[in-house]
Amino acid sequence: MSVQLLLDGVNRSFDGFKAINDLSLTVEKGELRAIIGPNGAGKTTMMDIITGKTRPDTGKVLWNQSVDLTRSDEAGTARLGIGRKFQKPTVFETQTVEDNIALSLKEDRSVWATLFYRRSAEDSARIAELLALVKLDHVAGWMAGDLSHGQKQWLEIGMLLAQDPELLLVDEPAAGMTDAETMRTAELLRQIAGKHTVIVVEHDMDFVRALGCRVTVLHQGHVLAEGSLDHVSANEQVIEVYLGR
Amino acid sequence: MLSLIDRRMGIFLAGLFVLTVAVPVGNLALDGQPVPSYIVALLGKYLCYALLAVALDLVWGYCGILSLGHGAFFALGGYAMGMHLMREIGPRGVYANPLLPDFMVFLNWDSLPWYWLGFDMFGFALLMALAVPGLLAFVFGWFAFRSRVTGVYLSIITQAMTYALMLAFFRNEMGFGGYNGLTDFKDVLGFSLQADTTRAGLFVLSALALAAGLLVAKAITSSKLGKVLIAIRDAESRTRFIGYRVEEYKLFVFVVSAMMAGLAGALYVPQVGIINPGEFSPANSIGIVIWVALGGRGTLVGAAMGAIIVGFAQTLFTSWFPELWLFALGGLFVFVTIFLPQGVLGLIESRLGRKPPPAPAPEEASA
Repeated sequence: MSVQLLLDGVNRSFDGFKAINDLSLTVEKGELRAIIGPNGAGKTTMMDIITGKTRPDTGKVLWNQSVDLTRSDEAGTARLGIGRKFQKPTVFETQTVEDNIALSLKEDRSVWATLFYRRSAEDSARIAELLALVKLDHVAGWMAGDLSHGQKQWLEIGMLLAQDPELLLVDEPAAGMTDAETMRTAELLRQIAGKHTVIVVEHDMDFVRALGCRVTVLHQGHVLAEGSLDHVSANEQVIEVYLGR
Repeated sequence: MLSLIDRRMGIFLAGLFVLTVAVPVGNLALDGQPVPSYIVALLGKYLCYALLAVALDLVWGYCGILSLGHGAFFALGGYAMGMHLMREIGPRGVYANPLLPDFMVFLNWDSLPWYWLGFDMFGFALLMALAVPGLLAFVFGWFAFRSRVTGVYLSIITQAMTYALMLAFFRNEMGFGGYNGLTDFKDVLGFSLQADTTRAGLFVLSALALAAGLLVAKAITSSKLGKVLIAIRDAESRTRFIGYRVEEYKLFVFVVSAMMAGLAGALYVPQVGIINPGEFSPANSIGIVIWVALGGRGTLVGAAMGAIIVGFAQTLFTSWFPELWLFALGGLFVFVTIFLPQGVLGLIESRLGRKPPPAPAPEEASA
């Protein structure tokens, strides 16, 4: 196993508020990792820093032990192989479900290549495969805006997989889903892990339990505890700041 | 190429073709001249406006860039052509100077400024009519899009751009004829601009340019790049996280659009016989936005229709009730925004029941 993502002593403050405070975190290749923490613990800021949306004030963010992610913008990190799913499902609402997947397929992203792009049989097959995987094949021709909330979440996961990223950052995928959908999502993420590295930020404890993976607890921009869910649940400090509210 | 002509585009191009044949025939070949010459010039002018509207629709309708300065690209294209037409006057000017246009002689200039060199060649002038707006759009877009200036802020700086250019072109020292601009053109490529045949020829060229502009815009918007543009319009941040460099796409479409606007300006000037700094006025650029909104944003054909409809309305209104025109235009804009969000084209298509609603959902909710 080698290290996929390393955060070392990362700090970031906004107007004096320390959103991220000496955060260090290591994620192995192929690992499935859940990140939990109360509101304001710095989960979203951490994602922003990894994907190049926000630059840290100090600290290192290393990709595959070699690439410095703090120098890269969003498109740059996406091209390195980091895919991100937002908390609020964000899909291209006025385009079809199929086109949403097609736009996300791993292809040359330059202007010229995109202008003269012709869809190959291989690409069509890959699109069909992904649509089936996220169970949206029967609505492939719908406008993405007409999907239900849960379906949009799945479509966004499908778009993420279409990019074939090495690392998936998934922000609260179960938000607004029914219990059945939540469990199916957990199952899907477990399936994906191994081939891809997956970091899930989540509030829902049942969902985290269903993931059955290593858990990192964030608090005030710092790692409070790390280990199995049972291990961190037993931690006094964790109970105090989070679970025991 | 045929795949680009959908029903909407097909009907519009067919109509344009009929017009392109009927107008010159009616003006030149038939007895009694059922199409008077001033109508030919008027229609040619509308077609240039239509091309300008298509250019704006490409950036606004498809990529969400609300440019309130597109009139600047149109005017720059017009100036490039105007400079050529000035040089073609040669010794026939009032001061009969073989090299210098009249206004330069009047200002006591003794040589041609360097940026007027080459404009004696038609090909060079035409190239500049595309290249100068393209270059301005590139430089402007490079800074604006990289700094992620979007929405109303971008609109405001495009407005400032055209306003600044207007003030600059008003100055005599700039060497573009100052307040009066460039006028008194005699001929183009040896054909007299007063001749009916030349006017008809310019009209046909404008129609061809509009058709070409529509097809280029359609080709761009139906490609995968067009889908990326719509993605940027609807969810810019998502598009970045998928790995598209949004600023490069915006820059591309902004430059293409500016060049299209420049071409429209270059065709416009020989037909109206004058170009002056008034073309840079912010109100003109806002007018283009109204054409597109009225015709139907994001439809290309609708934008062209909007320009033609407003052009006609303006011609009629300004001859009947000149002082009411701006109120009518404002009222029209409010009406369309409130009652016809899809524009005139959307109204026509929904009346004809041609717009299929997005596939009605069979009751097959996910289990």
